[in-house]
This record gives sequence, C-alpha cells and structure tokens, in this order.
Amino acid sequence: MTDKKQITVLQLYPRDMNIYGDWGNTLVLKRRLEWHGYDVNLLAYNPGDTFPHDIDLIVGGGGQDSGQDIIQNDLLKIAPHLRKLADDNVPMLMICGLYQLFGKFFKTQDGHVIEGIGLLDIETHAGAERLTGNIITESDVFGEIIGYENHSGQTFLGKNVHPLGKVVKGAGNNGQDDTEGARYRNVIATYMHGSLLPKNPAIADFLIEQAIVRKYGTFTPTVIDDRFAELARSVASKRPR
Amino acid sequence: MSKPYVTLLGKAVRTIARIRGGGSALPGLFVEKIDPDFIRRTLAELPHGTVVISGTNGKTTTTKMVVALLESQGLKVFTNRTGSNFTRGVAAALLGEVDNKGKLDADIAVLELDEAHAVHFVKTVPPHYSLLLNVMRDQLDRFGEIDTTAKMLSQIANATTGTVVLNREDPRVAAIAKSLSADKVHYFGLSSELAHLFPSDDDMRSTTTAPKQLQRPDAGVILNKLKDNQAEFLVEGKPLTTSLKLHGIYNIYNAAAALALARCVLPAEHDKEKLVTALSEVTPAFGRGETLTVNGQPFELVLVKNPSGFRLSLASFKPKDYATMIAVNDNYADGRDMSWLWDVEFESLRAGGVAAVTGMRAYDMALRLQYDEIEMSLVEPDLSSALRQFIAASDGPKRVYCTYTAMLALRRELAKITDVEQIS
Repeated sequence: MTDKKQITVLQLYPRDMNIYGDWGNTLVLKRRLEWHGYDVNLLAYNPGDTFPHDIDLIVGGGGQDSGQDIIQNDLLKIAPHLRKLADDNVPMLMICGLYQLFGKFFKTQDGHVIEGIGLLDIETHAGAERLTGNIITESDVFGEIIGYENHSGQTFLGKNVHPLGKVVKGAGNNGQDDTEGARYRNVIATYMHGSLLPKNPAIADFLIEQAIVRKYGTFTPTVIDDRFAELARSVASKRPR
Repeated sequence: MSKPYVTLLGKAVRTIARIRGGGSALPGLFVEKIDPDFIRRTLAELPHGTVVISGTNGKTTTTKMVVALLESQGLKVFTNRTGSNFTRGVAAALLGEVDNKGKLDADIAVLELDEAHAVHFVKTVPPHYSLLLNVMRDQLDRFGEIDTTAKMLSQIANATTGTVVLNREDPRVAAIAKSLSADKVHYFGLSSELAHLFPSDDDMRSTTTAPKQLQRPDAGVILNKLKDNQAEFLVEGKPLTTSLKLHGIYNIYNAAAALALARCVLPAEHDKEKLVTALSEVTPAFGRGETLTVNGQPFELVLVKNPSGFRLSLASFKPKDYATMIAVNDNYADGRDMSWLWDVEFESLRAGGVAAVTGMRAYDMALRLQYDEIEMSLVEPDLSSALRQFIAASDGPKRVYCTYTAMLALRRELAKITDVEQIS
C-alpha cells in the first residue's frame, strides 16, 4: 500500500476518439504526475460504460466522422456529469473532435446539425477546405503554443468562452478571426495536436496543478527536464506549414 | 507531339536527371506534361494487362514479390521498382524500359501506387487486377481521415476489370467486397492463431479486442504458421512450407498477398515448385528491412512511415545484440505532422536503450522516448554526423528505423562507406 497521493485521470472515448496521437496527451499527464510524485489512476470511458466517480482530470481526443457518430449519443447521455465537473473546476483537455462536440452544435456541409453538449459556448460549421499544417499561437497564460492542426470544421466562439491563444502562424479556429481553441473555467479545448502536451509542458503542468490543488489544496512541482521539449518547440516553429 | 518524339525527349530528360543525380520523378513529370496519354497507350499493348498494388503498408515489398513470382513462370514483367509510386514515377520507369519507338517489351505491368495517385491512375488505365493490402492511419495530413483512404481503395477495386484481391483481416479492406460482384473477389488471410499479431487500425487504442467477424469469407491463400523465417501457407487448403529471406511478420504476410495475386494471374497448370523457390529467394526491398554490411557487421535499414508499421517493425525485429538508431524527418514525403510518433510504443527498446536519435525532428523523437523513459546516448539532428558517431560507438550489428526521406539520405551516406544497391 502506497501512501502517495493519487490523481485519477479519465480518458474519454479512447477507442473511438484517438486519431492524431491523442495518447501522447494522456501519456504526458501520466508521466508528469508520476515525476511530480503522484500515483496515477488511469481510467478509460467508452460508450455504454458506467460513468466513474471521483475524477480529477479528463482528457479527450479527436476522431473520424465515423468515430464521432459512434460516441455522439453516449456523449449527450453523460453530458450532465461533464457539465457538473466542469463547473466544479475539474481540469479537462479536449482536442479536435471532442472540442467540437463539447460545443453547441456542428453543422455539416449539407446543413445537417449534429447536437453537441453545449459545455462550451461555441459553434462549428463544416468548411469547404481542410485547415492543415504546423501552427503557432500566443497565449497570455501559456506563452507560445506550438502544434499541428488538421480540421475541416470552422469553430466560432461565443461570449462565455475565451480563446486559448491568438494565431501567430496557421489557421486556428476558423481561419478568419485569429482565435485558436477555447477556455472555460479549467477546460481547455483546441484543434492543436502534434501531440499538444509533449511540446507544451506549460499546459500539461497547468492541468496537473489545477487537479492537485482542487483535490489536495497545494501543489509543489518538481523540476522536470524539459530540454527536449524546448528544442522540439524551437525546430517545429521553423518548419514549413 | 508524335509518340517517338515524346519517348526520345523523355529519355533524354531521364538521362540528364540521372547525370545530375536527381530523383526518378522529374522525367516522368516531363512526359506527363507533354503527353498525358503516354502511360495509357504504352500499357494498353501488354497482353496480360496491368496489376495495381495499393494500401498503406507493404506496397514496395509485395510488389517485389509479385514480380519475382510472375517472372519465375517466364513472364516478362514491367514494374516501378524505385518505390516512386506516384503516376510520374510510373512514367519515369516506363521511359527507362520502352524502346525508342515507345514500345514496351513486357507481358504484364505490376505497379505499386500510392492510394491517392492510384485513384487517378485507374481512371486512365483500368487495371486487370488489383491487390489491396491494408488501411492504416498514415499521412492524415494529406488524406484527412482513414475512411477517406478506404474510399480510395474502393475506387481502385471498382475500376478493376478482372480480379480484386483483398486482405480478409483488415475490416476496411474486406468491406470493399460489398461493392463488387462476388466472382471478382479473392482473399488472402491469416490463421486465427496469427490474426492477433495484426491489429487493425481500430484496435490502436482499444483495450478490448474488437469483435471479430463471425463468418469470414474463404481465403485462397492463408498464412497459417510462422516460426522465425519458416512460413506455412495454406493454398486452397493445401499446406505449402518455405523458408524466406524476408524479416518481420508483416513482410511474410505480404508474401501471402503476393501468392494470392500471382495465382489469379497465372494459369492453373503453373510450375508450383518454381513459384515456391522464387518466393523463398525474394530479398527485402530497399530500406524495408534491407541489410547492408558496415565494418563487417550487419546494418539494417527499416522504413517506418506510420504507427502500425512502426509497431509491427518493433515487434518483428528483436533489439537484443543490436545498437538502435531512429531517424525522423518531416519532409512532405514523410508527413509534416509528428503526432504519429505518440501512437507507437517504444517499451521494447527500454532494456537496451537507443544509441542515436537523428533527423530533422530528432528532438520530437527524443521527446517521445523521454516519455517512454528510454535512455538515449546521442541526439543529433544532422544525419551524417549522427550516422558517423553511431557507427563509431560500437562494433556489433546495427539497426536504423527511418522515415522515407531519412532512409534515402542515409543510403546516400552509407554508399560512401559500403556497397549500397543503386536504385534508379
């Protein structure tokens, strides 16, 4: 029996929503929590499962259209749990497909409306062209955020969310208003993968800190060697789109 | 422009490109521009028509095997063996083979084609046969989604005038049969004993095994058993055992694919003994588990392009006694997005560590290994410098996992110190 403090991380739909290396985000949270001195209880939630209790951090990824069809109804079913946790300041990271479905709706090319859970005040409209390539954004909280985007949906933010970053290079939420991603309380949602957290340890440690402070009151970080992350960021920021 | 002129001009460009040391695609691009009908017209004259081989992983090795199998039966085969699998690569290969009147001395063409290019190619040149290997997440920066790739393969199948050979074990490939008349479809497959070694893309992050199809169609060729390089196939239910020079489970499964296709092309009374001999003698395609000799020791080049390929390679090649280098570039041909590295698990390298990490995205790769808690002795983005240090650091056998353009660059560097087969 260990006397280490434990953090429970829930992966949302890892079977159907994992397309662009989303495992990287989960792995980074798991390892950094361990390196900071915590035990990690890693759970997976797939359609039809019982929604678990006592969750400290939630991470969700992107999917293909077919994956989104599979999870959509289930997501609507667990939406009350997710909204309650978000309003209770549980940190969450939602990438791409789940970013869209955490919003109000996704309107497809032929006008069909896919209902989201409305946790985020955003709406997404199918775009004619895919927005793909290396992307850099700037955030007041996290500094430069570096990643890769690959999406056809164009997302527009409402009044109750803030953008995660301002686009420096790339398309961002919709290719028009220079916003990228969305924040609501401790929920961070974004189109950026690459994967996001390995090259942006500031965001990883933010999510970790929120989870730990919420559960245990204080967080004393360890120094983690982020040399490779720094070098990888520097190279990525100079690569062609 | 008349045909002989196009051919002569194209050949001239090809010669100049070779003298310059340039790639294989430029002369093909040239011919494509001035005579778009060149490929169709030339291939239309072949008595046995054209075979198209496509899918995410294993195209080059499978194509090489199909060529060897057909040649063992006396057929003259035209192929694009450079692995330049875009349409212009085919045009370039044709230029090298046709006589000055533009005639191709061959019975059949066996072409590996990139999925997206194959879709356009088959509109111009409907193949007599197609062989569709698998659909895995790869180049999503080009294709967007895996299901998009599956649709491309379906278009190839539907443009095929004769037989379509499908991988029974890949759910996205097997599903293509629904759009085809049943007499057109043949399958290759795995025994249930081996099936678990080939997770489909849907099993990538699944903790539970996806429910297998209850009723699987019969497959003409099945990879039944495998022990080291000794494989047993079931051909129409009859066992066929042979040793192979290919390494890696996935390469040997490709042999089942090649056999299945060859059996469709060949007459029923073909020489089975020669067929097996040919199969046993096929060596890996360049950079696909190719073994060079450096300082008297084996030096293996293993091409990795996507998570499933990298995972299967790590499962196939045991790291014990080998020093490992990983070379990751992010040129257009490699894919710009590094996300795929996070869908590969590297724990199998933990015991021995990784001797060197290199390539344009060396730091992304190092970051990936850091999170799997794997020791690295050297992280150096410059390929030639890393290669020199990697070779100098130990005396034993070596293995390099490399992305496409990193592989080409490493072969150029290695050619300075050892024998490397030139790929024109």
